[in-house]
Amino acid sequence: MFGWIPVFNTGDSPVPALFNGTNALVIENTLEKPDKPGLAGRAWYNARRKPLGAMGALILMVMVVCALFAELVATHDPVSADATATLMAPNTVHFLGTDYLGRDMFSRIVHGGRVSLLVGLTSTLLGGVLGLLIGLFSGFFMGWVDMIFQRLMDIMQGLPLLVMALVMSAALGPSVKNVILAISIPLVPRAARVIRSSALSLREQPFVEAARAMGMSEVRIALKHVLPNTLAPFIVLTTAQLGSAILVEAALSFLGLGIPEPYPSWGRMLAESAAEYMMQAPWLVIFPGLVISLLVFATNLLGDALRDLLDPRLRM
Amino acid sequence: MMLLTLFGMSVVIFILLRLAPGNIVDILFDSAGYVNPAHKKQIEKELGFDQPWVIQYLRWMGDLLQGNLGRSYRLEISAWKLISTRIPVTLELAVLAIIAAILIGVPAGVISAVRQDSKVDYLLRVVSLSGLSMPSFWLGLLIILGMIYTLNLSPIYISPPKDLAGHLLLFGIPALAVGFRSSALIMRLTRSSMLEVMRQDYIRTARAKGQSERVVNFHHALKNAMLPVITVIGIEFAFLIGGLVVTETVFNIPGVARFLVQAILWRDYPIVQNLVMFIAVIVTLMNLLVDLVYVWLDPRIQYG
Repeated sequence: MFGWIPVFNTGDSPVPALFNGTNALVIENTLEKPDKPGLAGRAWYNARRKPLGAMGALILMVMVVCALFAELVATHDPVSADATATLMAPNTVHFLGTDYLGRDMFSRIVHGGRVSLLVGLTSTLLGGVLGLLIGLFSGFFMGWVDMIFQRLMDIMQGLPLLVMALVMSAALGPSVKNVILAISIPLVPRAARVIRSSALSLREQPFVEAARAMGMSEVRIALKHVLPNTLAPFIVLTTAQLGSAILVEAALSFLGLGIPEPYPSWGRMLAESAAEYMMQAPWLVIFPGLVISLLVFATNLLGDALRDLLDPRLRM
Repeated sequence: MMLLTLFGMSVVIFILLRLAPGNIVDILFDSAGYVNPAHKKQIEKELGFDQPWVIQYLRWMGDLLQGNLGRSYRLEISAWKLISTRIPVTLELAVLAIIAAILIGVPAGVISAVRQDSKVDYLLRVVSLSGLSMPSFWLGLLIILGMIYTLNLSPIYISPPKDLAGHLLLFGIPALAVGFRSSALIMRLTRSSMLEVMRQDYIRTARAKGQSERVVNFHHALKNAMLPVITVIGIEFAFLIGGLVVTETVFNIPGVARFLVQAILWRDYPIVQNLVMFIAVIVTLMNLLVDLVYVWLDPRIQYG
């Protein structure tokens, strides 16, 4: 790259063909400029435009990393009881105090993040993908398919999210898989609605007509041309739903219908301590609720920023 | 259409509760702790579990339409007796929560929109976003904690309130805890809706006519900005019922929502089935009401 390099003018650029080395480098750079910036560059650009959204993403990432490496982050074993250290106020050994069995709250919260994030993320994704498929086919094919799916969504939306999840998890029985299912199914209708309206407008676009004129089958058009274009509203929606999923999981656990023992979940930590130890040890109530709120707050910040960047029509 | 939706819901609820592993009678007997086979057969027959699902469903519907809600197998009394005392409690709480949500949410949204991008606006937006992020039961716990520490007053329900102050303490405080989330949503929507409306030409016309800022904001802008807000209030009502489930548990309020949780934990499925159906009916009626209010507010909308 260095030294004397002849640069040949390859196209319509008015740049003279021959240059000495230093100039050639400059010209190469200006020629590369119009390229799109890389993923990292775009992320940095958008982060500067939406500092609050970037903060949300950062909080979310920190929490995910803490949950993934919970063994390394936690200072104590989250399940081992210590009778000599029950209901200790926050101190230098136990950063967030201990609970009624002497278990370290900080370590329990770090490990509990696994449950909340795992359940929140998988149920949002599962509900979102189901809703995406229903909405896509409903909006793209219209007719009786649409009619049936829409009535089904009406029915599912007739019950409050939490009541539906409550009944489902009670009916299915307590297990991680069932709780994920119980949260994801009630999330389907909203995703289906949003994707449907997006698919409805997309099917009138000229590129769909072009694909049809080329003899593409309807299912292939739906999957190859319409589906990729619904991704922006899908991302916005799932980020927004993530917060609800986490809150529903916390409420289910709080009511005693969530993830069973031995997994420490933030909602259940509140339920365990709220009843009897609230007055003696308020930190048992304050910290788990604080991390739930912080996590949902972060997803809301991120969701708002993504909505503004990706899909201004969804703004409310 | 509404009846069709309700019919669909009843089918979904019916099927959902039969997903439970094992027979409902088994579960009832497990939790009761003793098993008398003859007694069990008798209850099975009484509940109709020896019949096929379709017959069971039709029997349930028939009972419901006749106003027969069945009986609790846990408490051995009719379900209606159990529910009827609890409905006014939940109703009072729900109405207070909606009122609180509107009284906080709408003015906050207007202030935020009128003073867009000011410090007040930013503060209100952060507060409303955190309102959407907090689990309502946690907010309830914090309120209880704070009130006991600072005022030495406990808003936890022990006996029915006797006077207005008692009502405000035992219902108003939990209503605030549930309504806060809704108020945050209403505030956000009022704000964006107001901003949208304030860009319209007729607002400029009103200003040009020399109308005072207050008349423009409240008479011209707010009135039109309220339409989408009303829809959300309707949708929020369903969320609110969900919020009541946990808040009634936190504040120990003997309402319908907490009873539902208890019935689920007791596995008293005949009651759960009826309660969930009851909630579905209420939510559907609320949606109908919102549609009617909508038409009344905006004569341009007509339903065929």
